[in-house]
Amino acid sequence: MTIADVERPNLAPTPRALVTKPRISDQIFRGIVALGGFSSLIILGLIAAYLFFRGYSILRSEGLSFITGYEWVSSINSDGTAGSEKSVYGVGAMLIGTLVTALIALVFGVPVAVFAALYLTFFAPVRIRNFLVSVVDLMAAFPSILFGLWGLYVLMEPGMYVAELLNKYLGWIPIFAVPVPVFLRSPFIAGLVLSVMIIPIITAISREIFAQTPLDRIQAAYALGASKWAMIKNVAFPYSYSGIVGGAMLGLGRAMGETVAVFTVLNILYQANFKILLGAGGNLASHIILKFGEASEEEIKALMAAGFVLFLLTLGVNMMANLIVSRTGRRGR
Amino acid sequence: MTVTPIKPWRATKRDILTQLIVIFLSLVAAYLIVANTGFEGRLPLVAFFGVFSICALALISGLQRGKEAAKDSFLAGAAYVGVFALLLPVVSILWTVVSRGTAAIYSGFFTTDMSQDPFSSPLTDGGIKHALIGTLWLITIALIISVPLGILTALYLTETKGPGSGLIRFLVQAMSGIPSIVAGLFIYSALISGTGRGFSGFMGALALSILMIPTVARTAEEVLKLVPPDLREAGLALGATQWKTVALVVLPAAKSGLVTAVILGVARIAGETAPLLFTTGGADATNLNPMDDNMGTIPFYIWKALIDGSPEAASRAWAGIFILMLAVLALFGTARYLSRSRTVR
Repeated sequence: MTIADVERPNLAPTPRALVTKPRISDQIFRGIVALGGFSSLIILGLIAAYLFFRGYSILRSEGLSFITGYEWVSSINSDGTAGSEKSVYGVGAMLIGTLVTALIALVFGVPVAVFAALYLTFFAPVRIRNFLVSVVDLMAAFPSILFGLWGLYVLMEPGMYVAELLNKYLGWIPIFAVPVPVFLRSPFIAGLVLSVMIIPIITAISREIFAQTPLDRIQAAYALGASKWAMIKNVAFPYSYSGIVGGAMLGLGRAMGETVAVFTVLNILYQANFKILLGAGGNLASHIILKFGEASEEEIKALMAAGFVLFLLTLGVNMMANLIVSRTGRRGR
Repeated sequence: MTVTPIKPWRATKRDILTQLIVIFLSLVAAYLIVANTGFEGRLPLVAFFGVFSICALALISGLQRGKEAAKDSFLAGAAYVGVFALLLPVVSILWTVVSRGTAAIYSGFFTTDMSQDPFSSPLTDGGIKHALIGTLWLITIALIISVPLGILTALYLTETKGPGSGLIRFLVQAMSGIPSIVAGLFIYSALISGTGRGFSGFMGALALSILMIPTVARTAEEVLKLVPPDLREAGLALGATQWKTVALVVLPAAKSGLVTAVILGVARIAGETAPLLFTTGGADATNLNPMDDNMGTIPFYIWKALIDGSPEAASRAWAGIFILMLAVLALFGTARYLSRSRTVR
């Protein structure tokens, strides 16, 4: 045994455990804070549990065809009891409508948001940037019914104009074809309104991500003689790419769950409409609003099940998006 | 004699003049195309002008300084177009709200309700008294529920850092993305459907709280993170318990930021419509009791006017939006002002 072994019997000392208990007041305080802290977990759990529980009978009887089915027929007698014909509940057509309108929103929203974020981060003077950032925040707080009204009364006309042009010149592509020339209240215009609604979210997140690009690398690029284009293409963009994808997914989540604006702008019809310029379609949320007013007890259950599907869908998209964004953010620091 | 430093990267007067001429020429070209082809109206004019000026500017700088400069100029042009496309809807929305929103507002607009008049009646009858009262009740109740829960969540994430704070942070983020309609459906399925209870303002406030908690919690967490750790350590070193440190040092230090968090939460829920359709019932008469019976709110008022479809109802919808937007703008201005004074200090 050498001297060193005696003096350093344990090379990796463990931290001494705290033996004093926190005081009673602190224990109560921590208990209350923990109760409040877990409220979001409890609420999310309750939402999932109640919607699933209420919609369970429909989910069980319809099985997988609740997701894939293209029919929503509720047969009720005039006195509100279940009718003699069999009711069929399937949200497939509305799921497709949800995806179609949300994707149109992304197609228009993402480029605008990313270029605007580029301007805000790398081009704008500080004063203008601060002002525009507040404008973007304000825009994100606009109520959705305002976007609906604006879409219906203001955006409809230019939207129809663009839709007619698309149909005229690109009508040979199946999605731009229309069987009858009705361009009013189409999924295309609903998607345009949704794109305006999600632009502030995507802009805000892209700007934050761009701003986290390490300054030393930006300056290194400039010192090597790079132009702004070269710097953004080779430094800023590769660095923030996944964060922008996450921001776009957050926008996708919001677009998929949007209710009032879509209901206002779109001509809600229960059908899977891939012809995006034709004025018919819907999304899951607007379908729930439409049917809720005169729904029988059984149909309410089906609507709860539809709400459950919508909840899972948006929650999943949001969680994935947040994971991507936070991972990019952490790497930036 | 002073020597002024030269800045060779700055655009010279000649460059700026060239750019202005190019922009003007592309405007002329866009105008000529719109005038002489089938395209009509302002929209194609703006579109052609944007495309032409970006391409022409890129071409000019390409001719002057080479391919890399052309790409650079193209990117700058695209960024300007992007921010223009971002601002266009904002300006259009604000302009429409102001220009259409005042038609239905008259002297009795805030002192009468819609119990005597249908939405298609002349604009000199009826008002939004019932909706204003309802919205104020809903916001008050939602504040009472979600401010403590939101701030406690933020304290859990920043002060006590208890087990699972990472998970809670993640869930709060995810919760802020759940569609508002789901909150309404949840309250309906849990507390109204099959229980014998009817619609009421309180139910609407519960649904709104679900949407407000994550906003308050996230903003409050950001604010509490800004409180310097020295303050906490000083409090603890003086022998205060954690509870006293938080209550007497941390929270007062973050006061204005916490108020901002609450204001942003109110701005988030003030205009929510979808959850109220499942929970409040939307009365046309004034109802002062939020615990019982249908209650009208401003978003529901707008919704009813929208469904009605007559021109008078449309004017009423815009008036409702106008009031709502005034409230949101005022809330936002206050939040901005408060957060500014915090950063200055």
